[in-house]
Amino acid sequence: MPNVTVLFFARYAELAGCESTAVAVPSPATVADVVRRVRETVPGARALPDRPLAAINLRQVKLNAPVADGDQVALLPPVAGG
Amino acid sequence: MAHLTPNRIVLDVLLAEVRGPERGGTCVFMGTVRNGPEESGVTEIEYSAYDAMAEAEIERMLGETEAQWPGVRVGLRHRVGRVPVGEASIAIVAAAPHRSEAFAACRHVIEEVKRRLPMWKKEYRIDGTTAWVDPSGKPVAHGP
Repeated sequence: MPNVTVLFFARYAELAGCESTAVAVPSPATVADVVRRVRETVPGARALPDRPLAAINLRQVKLNAPVADGDQVALLPPVAGG
Repeated sequence: MAHLTPNRIVLDVLLAEVRGPERGGTCVFMGTVRNGPEESGVTEIEYSAYDAMAEAEIERMLGETEAQWPGVRVGLRHRVGRVPVGEASIAIVAAAPHRSEAFAACRHVIEEVKRRLPMWKKEYRIDGTTAWVDPSGKPVAHGP
């Protein structure tokens, strides 16, 4: 059962009430499974979109990307740099 | 090289990173914090980032740009933290053998920043309110 760290940023961190959490997901799992688990277990995270932008280990990925034990999964609000 | 900085952007330092005798054209883009008719009394914008990913993305963007336009050198700084109206939040410099590649590379980098750099901004307003800004430039959520 992969254990992953989930990072929240900006508005998502405000909604979740934290900047990170740890979740365990059944194997095999995708980013979408991680998002679903987070929305179930972190009270404020229910307000997050069910299809957010996401990254694994510093690279943006699609929601069907597989996650592995120890991965860092980031949930990213729409980017607004510049 | 740290591309994110809490300090004012010093253009001379950035220009020194890209200049060279074989590069005859340099293009500079600076984005500054704005309080125009479309804003609501903005005094500052606070920039936050997924720092490690933003640094990695910038390295990838600059590498891709320099590969696409051989002979070009590109530099970038992006502020993090609160930036008052009128100060630069981002500067991009592109030096190339000729002006057309310098303009094209500079334009390419700012468009990639807008498209994929994991950074966010929160407006601070003269009436004491704050609001996250979405990529279209419109506020999405208000706070005290």
